[in-house]
Amino acid sequence: MRTQQPAKRQIFEPTKLVDPPKGPIGPYRVPRSHVFRDHHWFGFSQIMLVVVILFLFMPLFVVITYSFNASRGMRWTGFSLQWYHQLFTGSRELWRAFGNSFIIALSSAFVATVIGSLAAVGIRWYRFKSRAFIQTLSFLPMILPEVIIGISMLIFFSAIQFPLGMVTIFIAHTTFNLPFVFLLVSARLDEFDFSVIEAARDLGATERQTLIKVIVPSITPGVLSGFLMAITMSLEDFVITFFVSGPGSTTLPLYVYSMIRYGVSPVINALSMVLILSIMLIALLFRRFLKTIAASS
Amino acid sequence: MKSHEQERRNRRLGVTYSAPMGLWLVLFFLIPLAIIILYSFLRKGLYGGVEPHWSLAAYEQMFNPNFLRVLFRTLWISVVATAITIILALPCGYAIARSRNQVFWLALVIIPFWTNSLIRIYAWIAILSNEGFVNEALRSVGIIRDSLQLMYHQGTVITVLIYMYIPFAILPLFTTIDKFDFQLLEAARDIGATKAQSIFKVLIPNIRSGVVTAVIFTFIPIFGAYTVPLLVGGKDSYMVGNIIVDQVTKTRNWPLASAFSLLITLVSTVGVVWMLVSSAGERARLKTSGNGRGTAEVNS
Repeated sequence: MRTQQPAKRQIFEPTKLVDPPKGPIGPYRVPRSHVFRDHHWFGFSQIMLVVVILFLFMPLFVVITYSFNASRGMRWTGFSLQWYHQLFTGSRELWRAFGNSFIIALSSAFVATVIGSLAAVGIRWYRFKSRAFIQTLSFLPMILPEVIIGISMLIFFSAIQFPLGMVTIFIAHTTFNLPFVFLLVSARLDEFDFSVIEAARDLGATERQTLIKVIVPSITPGVLSGFLMAITMSLEDFVITFFVSGPGSTTLPLYVYSMIRYGVSPVINALSMVLILSIMLIALLFRRFLKTIAASS
Repeated sequence: MKSHEQERRNRRLGVTYSAPMGLWLVLFFLIPLAIIILYSFLRKGLYGGVEPHWSLAAYEQMFNPNFLRVLFRTLWISVVATAITIILALPCGYAIARSRNQVFWLALVIIPFWTNSLIRIYAWIAILSNEGFVNEALRSVGIIRDSLQLMYHQGTVITVLIYMYIPFAILPLFTTIDKFDFQLLEAARDIGATKAQSIFKVLIPNIRSGVVTAVIFTFIPIFGAYTVPLLVGGKDSYMVGNIIVDQVTKTRNWPLASAFSLLITLVSTVGVVWMLVSSAGERARLKTSGNGRGTAEVNS
């Protein structure tokens, strides 16, 4: 079997290999059709990818479909928009929770982006003693399970007798957002040519001018994707918020949690639809950064 | 003279830029962790909190057979769920990396991943619960009259955990496979390797660091899972994360919760070190081999 295979290929391959490469002299580039010889659209890996994506979307589709259901349960009784009506007009608690979530997401993402981006610049471009320490430190919160971060913060705040509420949620969210912003901006800086900074300095720019006119514009895409990532994660977080929230600081995930404990709720179906649509919109707006985001998460 | 001055300037600027993050993480991450370590060696207070007396009671309680059973169950669930996740994620990462429309497929992975985790768990409840989608559908067709008990099994917990964490595995796998030189697979095939051989002997060894990252990024969050077993699991899927939360909020045994947290932290740290060592090893290998690729070994 094995000896026959190469022999079969030799029937047509020599003609291709004998052809001298066209264009400038360099490594011989295998034609694209040749590279993708074993690459069929319906290969095993493609089928797996489609199956996994269907698996990922199937539950969301079910929930979205039933958000248009006329009745309460999961038995289809007809099309209706009443749950959207109830979501947008009859759910004041939910929107207050959403407001809290939004305030925390914006503020914590902003602070995390400023602090994290500065640190990325400092660590990527300068050498100093505690560099490795900060780098390792920034890595751990990302990998530690959320329960641990939540519990340790709860115990910390109660040890220093700090009242739980919006402020503690803000602190917790900034803490878990920092590493992601730091990583995304670092990834962007790795692609950046350091000599541009030296050129700016040589041409007489001050440190501050270099920062504002050279560094900031070049790292803006990384910073923006970090900010976006931080907002998404802050809006998403349930476990950590669960521990550090106090009376009157219910966020959207906490509110959803209190609702789904009582079983299927058509208003949550409608809310899911709204959230999924907005995430699709964000993904569309930031499609340029999806590869960077994939590399860092 | 000048370079010396510049070095000092570099050091000063580096410290200035990164000090806020360093301080923030020390204050709100490292110190809370230190407090947990401290608390695990103290005696429990009557109404939560601790009393300032050294005690190893928390660690003795950890070896209670009930807790040990939960610990082994957590380990079992994490290993099974991680293994299935990686097996499913590998071909996905490969297919996305080889696709000409990478961003489209990445978006399809990232959109569910960004969707609120509670909403995703809720979607499974809506599908699997007694009045859920599956049961209602089967009832309306007339196959069943009573509801099938689809929730509160260990299998359900494992399925939902895979669902929650598979993007964590696909994304790093994609990133590493994307950097892989696919011509190596061609070369392996040309010198007589079968398709399976070229995958297992050429592709996998070359993307080892990505596989390790994917394993760590799925295993550790699953090992510390709390919401999934709480909402879709039953008695046979109570995990360490649930113990920790119950010890803090219900039983009010903070030292014991701290001891379990410390255990998960240690497991996670070992994982992170493994990951860093493996990616450092790969970087060193890339440096020594001239074309930036490892040597492809294929048996003929």
